[in-house]
Amino acid sequence: MNAIIISAFMGVVMMFSSWGTSSIKLQRNIGLLGMLLLIGANIAHLTGVWVIEFDTKGMLVFNRIGLYANTILFVLTFIYMWINGEEIDKVGDHTHTADYYAIFFFILCGVSVLTSFDNLLMLFIGIEILSIPLYILTGADKKNLFSNEASLKYFLMGAFSTGILLLGITFIYGATGSFHLTAPVINPTTNMPVEHFLMSAGLILLFVALNFKVSAAPFHFWTPDVYDGAPTVFTSFMATVVKAAGFIAFIRVFEIQREALGYSWFIILPFVIVSTLLVGNITAVFQRSVKRMLAYSSIAQAGFMLFALYGRSIFNNEAILLYIVAYSLATIGVFAVLVKMKDYSFESFNGLAKKHPALALLTTIFLFSLAGIPLTAGFFAKYFMLNALLTAGAGLWLLIVAIVFAAVSVFYYFRLVQAMYFTSGEPAINEIDKKYEFKLWLIAAILIVLGVFPSLLFNYLYF
Amino acid sequence: MPIQYYIFLCLTLFSIGVVGVLTRRNAIIVFMCIELMLNAVNLLLVAFSKMYHGAALQVSPASTAGIDAQIFVFFIMVVAAAEVSVGLAIIVMMFRNTHSVDINFLNRLKN
Repeated sequence: MNAIIISAFMGVVMMFSSWGTSSIKLQRNIGLLGMLLLIGANIAHLTGVWVIEFDTKGMLVFNRIGLYANTILFVLTFIYMWINGEEIDKVGDHTHTADYYAIFFFILCGVSVLTSFDNLLMLFIGIEILSIPLYILTGADKKNLFSNEASLKYFLMGAFSTGILLLGITFIYGATGSFHLTAPVINPTTNMPVEHFLMSAGLILLFVALNFKVSAAPFHFWTPDVYDGAPTVFTSFMATVVKAAGFIAFIRVFEIQREALGYSWFIILPFVIVSTLLVGNITAVFQRSVKRMLAYSSIAQAGFMLFALYGRSIFNNEAILLYIVAYSLATIGVFAVLVKMKDYSFESFNGLAKKHPALALLTTIFLFSLAGIPLTAGFFAKYFMLNALLTAGAGLWLLIVAIVFAAVSVFYYFRLVQAMYFTSGEPAINEIDKKYEFKLWLIAAILIVLGVFPSLLFNYLYF
Repeated sequence: MPIQYYIFLCLTLFSIGVVGVLTRRNAIIVFMCIELMLNAVNLLLVAFSKMYHGAALQVSPASTAGIDAQIFVFFIMVVAAAEVSVGLAIIVMMFRNTHSVDINFLNRLKN
């Protein structure tokens, strides 16, 4: 609750801060301070301190995993804002910094609803609070036709999937007479054919709509265009924090409700996982633009994150949290390098290792983590995910498919490494100061520490 | 009237909306079709709400069962209004740059 209140409040503060001061630097610092306040308030909630205490009547249920996921997402957002501060200022006509930060805070409000809802109404509200500001961020570069196109496409697809989500919720209500997630689900073996049919149809529609939101195939087709067209700094945010929040919501819904689908859950889910891995990885190989390659890679990584839905043990929670951290940090890092490039083709990275050895090394660490090479967090993320999958009793074939596609992903990540180290040329890169490089080193350090001691992240889940 | 009639009516409306989204080329009309989908859902929610409320009234006259769906409808209306304000702004922004609201404009990113 603290997080919801403080993030909405900070959003309003940011909106008015552009009135109070015209100094962009000050606005940026207010945003960072607000982020720290938000993290503090959320940690306070973890220890049982409430800003305003009131009864949510079971609409929101705050459990440890949700609050902890909240903390992780807020810290990721803080890192994102801290690194990309100057780039965020440059989007559009250089005067809307405070508005962008306000939108970030509203998105975080949606994130904190999505990590704590226990009612389908709150799921709907959370998803909308999350998406509506994102449409604005995508179209933030008003004069740029690509940005316009991306935001219109994102908006139409997002609203369409909202319609599907609502029809699913309505069917579930029709079957059970309640919006609560923990309401007794209809057992597929009992003799209530109409209710059972409505419930299954509703859950499948809900599944489709949530797949739209986390961009899993076959509902991924908007993702590459939107990620490509949006301003690069905002793509970085959309592909990490927002997607992670979508997964937390996904898991919260289907942890309990999947009972009603019975065995068919284990047919639908592997189908979606395998097609997501297939589409994401194979298409990423053929991209010529790094930004578009990263968009497809984010689809492929979504396929991996969907494994967390297979079982429902504590291993799944550990795996998804580690995966979110590893994937988000590495993606934020790669995008932070990408925003400094003059164009986004693979060729523009040629010879980067000669000109900026440190930057090339950092990019390599991020790409290693995305590909899942040992000693980076990405390796343990994939390892824990597959471990959770085996614990849940999945077939070995699913594991083999996952490993084969992880190997395919190495191919396209290493194309970039190859361009940086083994191709000579003049990299098309803007000036990078020491401070920026230091921030990137910090991300790389976190990735490597988590790659050696992944349990550092989970300890807080239990104590 | 049995609830099935409402379900089929709402599904018909919803399908008209889906077909419109998939086939029309004008951004405003696509947008209207999305609104049609949302309103079909609203109608179905109210029908279910009535169904549960009526059944609960037989048991106890002071029952409030089924009220939550009607509250949900208000939330959908409010959120749809918020979505309209952002969506129309996006369409206006596109119109300023291209002087058209045709969705075929959406093909530049595919290279």
